Amino acid sequence: MSAAKGKFRYISSDRRVLEDRRFVVGKGNFVADIVRPNMKHVAVVFSPHPAARIVNIDASEALKMAGVHYVLTGDELAAATQPMPNGMPTPEVKRYPLAVGQARYVGEWVVAVVADTRALAEDAAEKVKVEYEPLPFVVDGKEAFKKESPPVHPAHGSNILLDKTFVWGDVEGDFAASPRKLSFSQKWGRSSTVPIETFGVIAEWDAWREVLDVWASIQMPKYADQIATAMRLPMNAVRVHQDVDVGGSYGVKRGIKQTVLVCYLSKKLNVPVRLIEDRLDNMRGGDAHGPERNFDVELAFDDNGIIRSMKMDALDNVGAYAGRSPFQLGKPIGAIVGPYKIKSVQYRAMAVTSNKTVQEAVRAFGQSPTNYTIERALDEVAWALNLDRLEVRRRNFIQPHEFPYLIPSGTSYDSGNYPGLVDKVVKQVDLDALYAERDRLRAEGLLAGVGIASCLEPSGGNSAFEPLLNRQNKTTTWMDSCRIAVDALGTVTATMHTTSAGQGHETLVATVVGEALEIDPEKIRISRAHTLDVMPSNSPVGSRMAIMLGGAAFHAANKLKRKMMTIAAHDLGVPLEDLVWDEGTMTSKKNPEQKRTWNEVVLIAHRHFYRMPEDMEPGLTAQHVMQVPNGGKLPTDDDRIQMYPCFSFEFHVVLMSIDPDIGKPVFRRYMIGHDCGTVINPKIVHGMTIGGIAHGIGAALLEEFAYDDEGQLLTQSFMDYLLPSAHEVPKIETVHQVTPSPLTVFGQKGSGESGYLGAPAVISSAVNDALHPLGIKMNSLPLKITKLGDAIAEARAKAGKEMKQ
Amino acid sequence: MKPAAFDYIRAESAAHASALLVEDENGRIIAGGQTLVPMLAMRLARPSRLIDIARIPELSYIRDESETISIGATTRQVLVEKSALIAQKLPLLHKAIEWVGHPPTRARGTVGGSLANSDPAAEIALVAATLGATLRYVDETGENSIEVDDYFIGPMITTLPQTACLIGADFPKWGEPHVGTGFEEVNARSSDFAFVSAASQVAFDADGKCTRAVLGIGGLGDFPFRADVDAVKDRIENEAALREAIGLAIEDIEPLSDLHATGEYRRRVAVTLACRSLLNAVREAKGFAHAN
Amino acid sequence: MRTELNVNGQLHVLDVEPRKTLVDCLREDLRLVGAHTGCEHGVCGACTVIVDGTPVRSCLMFAVQAEGSEIITIEGVAPAPGELSILQDAFCETHGMQCGFCTPGMILAAHALLRDNLEPTREDIVEAISGNICRCTGYDQIVEAISLAARRMRGRNMPDGVPA
Repeated sequence: MSAAKGKFRYISSDRRVLEDRRFVVGKGNFVADIVRPNMKHVAVVFSPHPAARIVNIDASEALKMAGVHYVLTGDELAAATQPMPNGMPTPEVKRYPLAVGQARYVGEWVVAVVADTRALAEDAAEKVKVEYEPLPFVVDGKEAFKKESPPVHPAHGSNILLDKTFVWGDVEGDFAASPRKLSFSQKWGRSSTVPIETFGVIAEWDAWREVLDVWASIQMPKYADQIATAMRLPMNAVRVHQDVDVGGSYGVKRGIKQTVLVCYLSKKLNVPVRLIEDRLDNMRGGDAHGPERNFDVELAFDDNGIIRSMKMDALDNVGAYAGRSPFQLGKPIGAIVGPYKIKSVQYRAMAVTSNKTVQEAVRAFGQSPTNYTIERALDEVAWALNLDRLEVRRRNFIQPHEFPYLIPSGTSYDSGNYPGLVDKVVKQVDLDALYAERDRLRAEGLLAGVGIASCLEPSGGNSAFEPLLNRQNKTTTWMDSCRIAVDALGTVTATMHTTSAGQGHETLVATVVGEALEIDPEKIRISRAHTLDVMPSNSPVGSRMAIMLGGAAFHAANKLKRKMMTIAAHDLGVPLEDLVWDEGTMTSKKNPEQKRTWNEVVLIAHRHFYRMPEDMEPGLTAQHVMQVPNGGKLPTDDDRIQMYPCFSFEFHVVLMSIDPDIGKPVFRRYMIGHDCGTVINPKIVHGMTIGGIAHGIGAALLEEFAYDDEGQLLTQSFMDYLLPSAHEVPKIETVHQVTPSPLTVFGQKGSGESGYLGAPAVISSAVNDALHPLGIKMNSLPLKITKLGDAIAEARAKAGKEMKQ
Repeated sequence: MKPAAFDYIRAESAAHASALLVEDENGRIIAGGQTLVPMLAMRLARPSRLIDIARIPELSYIRDESETISIGATTRQVLVEKSALIAQKLPLLHKAIEWVGHPPTRARGTVGGSLANSDPAAEIALVAATLGATLRYVDETGENSIEVDDYFIGPMITTLPQTACLIGADFPKWGEPHVGTGFEEVNARSSDFAFVSAASQVAFDADGKCTRAVLGIGGLGDFPFRADVDAVKDRIENEAALREAIGLAIEDIEPLSDLHATGEYRRRVAVTLACRSLLNAVREAKGFAHAN
Repeated sequence: MRTELNVNGQLHVLDVEPRKTLVDCLREDLRLVGAHTGCEHGVCGACTVIVDGTPVRSCLMFAVQAEGSEIITIEGVAPAPGELSILQDAFCETHGMQCGFCTPGMILAAHALLRDNLEPTREDIVEAISGNICRCTGYDQIVEAISLAARRMRGRNMPDGVPA
């Protein structure tokens, strides 16, 4: 079922976001705002070594302190809980909330202390004496991949968690037949989305009811399942409260280790226990870090710049434990050719452990580094042929008439008009004038460059990469649900089953339900069920909620509408097909005198059972569980898979300049063309887009979890890990296009990741264009000022010498 | 991230603060706290007692003295930023102050706190070094002073006696007819500490001759310092000469090298910024922007 | 340590440890949880409150230091329950937030700006909020909100001194 496209009542109109009212008055419900009676607080002792055997833990001094209740070690916790889930079939890479036997990175949590206040817990944590025996360690990903590198998990035998080569199409044949080839390497530095709220969780075990209540700043699929499994509890003993507002996540809020830790402590001590990571906990050992990826790419193309085949090696340094992070190499398979018609692809995905902090899911789940590399490939072809970079993209674009378009890795793209959006942006930005401005800046003595990058945003997230990378995993169901109830007095409540971290899901559901039922969205109450309400859900990951929660809300509303119309038809004695729905009033087409109002039908359903159709349940409640469109199949034997269903497209253009004596890149213009199909709420989409670009600016220019040779993390606080402030994000102009998806109820696609997908690519493109006259290229992110400054100085010195010779 | 426990006392005067430091050598003075509190929160500093001088009324002032502009130790940075007197009589500090943190930290941060903390890249410290300020303090022996050249000795290290309470800094006023200033800084974000920074002040006489030129460089070495450019004041508009003189002046400095900027970067960019700040100062002086 | 705090016009007498920051005191002792702790080392600005008329980091101040000062938190900004100030309403109008975590600090920083300057340029607004980090929005709709509020406040028909 699909809504009539085109005219909408509430969808796409510039409406306020329902959630905002509580936030502007400071009345959000963040986890740190929640207080439970007699609640205790946790602080952790962390490892100062990148790798060390834990020889002895002496907590006696700490336990003597007033107000200190417990000191927990990894051994005790591991004995009482299941290890945390492991995405890959690597059973010897075990992970517990506290280190067991061995610490594997600086900042790993080794001991947890429970006290009356966090300050007291920190006082006591200082008194815990841990004796370590340092072990050999490895921090660099490429080093870790080598056989001779010290294994982070000796029982696993090596640092390799994943090394799988996919070949889709006749790669060798296409390479042999192509007149031109090139190769390049580049690296995506270790950064992340770093929300301003750290992760926090409260657990409260009720021994009499046998219920474990959890309030957490979480954004993770299957959270309650994982808690129950780790705690060896029945799942119906775990109640996760999903009305907690999450202070930003963008993927990373996966605090299962923190949760298991406090759940165990609450059960053990029979008091509510809270752990709110402080910034140091978070940066060192929380769910903070993101992908760190080396790329080696070979391209086969012709003299016209048509890319025929690509070989991409991607090696990701996931840190000390596996978790889900190797899958961040898997999601990009569903858009491995970007918006381009590359016929064949070889993709080698490698994930290695190292003695660095664990990597978590980050906005776009690994797609942003890959997009940075695909776009670099297009630039490289243009440079090799001395062609215009945009022209090369145009020649390789999938054309509007070619959708649905099947890419070599087996994913079908739903819809798109890439050249159309590019034309709009080129016109709006006046690309010729932009190049003229670049040349003018160059004439002034600056380095200046125009950056161009496309990006494809796979959306409607599911877990298709899991069975692809781990054949033991057969999970393909990735649903989301919505339940709508009309109460006895006729007001509407819609229930969803997820936390939110600023994505505006309440607004989404209200808008969609309002659209379907033709009632004012502001009159709809939105409720967030706790997990004992048991609605199937997978949380907002992979740009999926507009599609999945929006779809579920739409279908649930239509079920409800159908029920109301069935009741009205029965009561009126007319066929269902004779009734039309107009803002909740159901009127006979044949005889418009014959009608039932919303309130009349509500009365029948709730109070006048004798007027109900036979076999119909009283009340007005409808639920819909939505499965990912096009999803649900296992991969083929030759490793082809339908990854995500819908594909938004964005096109970024920037002009940047660099003072060659300083090396600081400055934005002169930033424009993004954006097409995520039908927009449900323009304010939300705009914010997501610009906010994603800000994240991308951080990843491209400022942010890095940097380590020294001793394995020490150098960026543990916001003094060294630099987040863009309002000064660092330029005014961004936007151009819109709407190419609806044929797979979704309103034609909507996802929109949470596009800015982050394109910004690093376009900034890299601009910087390399700026450096072009010097004959150098930058091959890694972030493009820190000192790195640029030193490279420019070296190139100029070399050029100066050559001039003299 | 909670500080270790400490006692707290509000000092009634600078002498009282000093007496409290004499009484307990692990005590520590707090004024604006914008640098100290993060150190306390991370437990990098663990004083037994915080001695709060922020409310001592006589330590917050900006005064026009005969030879100097005198600024009290607990004068909030925002007052310097908004002071017409500073803008007019101490234009270099006026220029530098907007580089210090951002509005909320300038609202609390104090001039004396920045000087006492002595970060190698701090802007107020750089201006003090450039102009040759005199720092006044009170200790158990009474009121004393130190010349800035004898004050900074290392990163976050000064010669201020352990029992001393800084009470103010006197920045020399320049009486020449035409004074110009220049301030240049590179940082990753505009509110961050500088990788490297340069401050200049030059004076020209009525005949358009440069009579005095000073240059200070921050972020390069262990503390901000004045680089000698007096010898090139006759060629102050000659960029090549300036570059050479500056290069020589910083030749012996061992540059800081860290995550944010390599030593080579700092050394190279110091020359560029120093040169630019001087040329800007000259331009300003010749444009009579700050004619006395 | 006995401390008197004047918060949103109300005087509170408290017994607080000297090491307790103002933000922790507001949140834990007074249950005013609109000021948030993002970094606790003075960078993110989520804990911004107004002390004696200027926005400050309440994580960089101990509660005992705040005695004798007038403190305004986000809870003191709305004119009445269910009613928004012009600035708060403007943030809703432009959707100048997403997760809402930095929002109270942002609004207080903006509040201070608009008290002194009802015709702020984009640069003025950017400078005023540059000490408040937002990870969601990229700042565009925040700048827009402040600009909109300034426009509305310029146009409002109210005597001087009535708070926005």
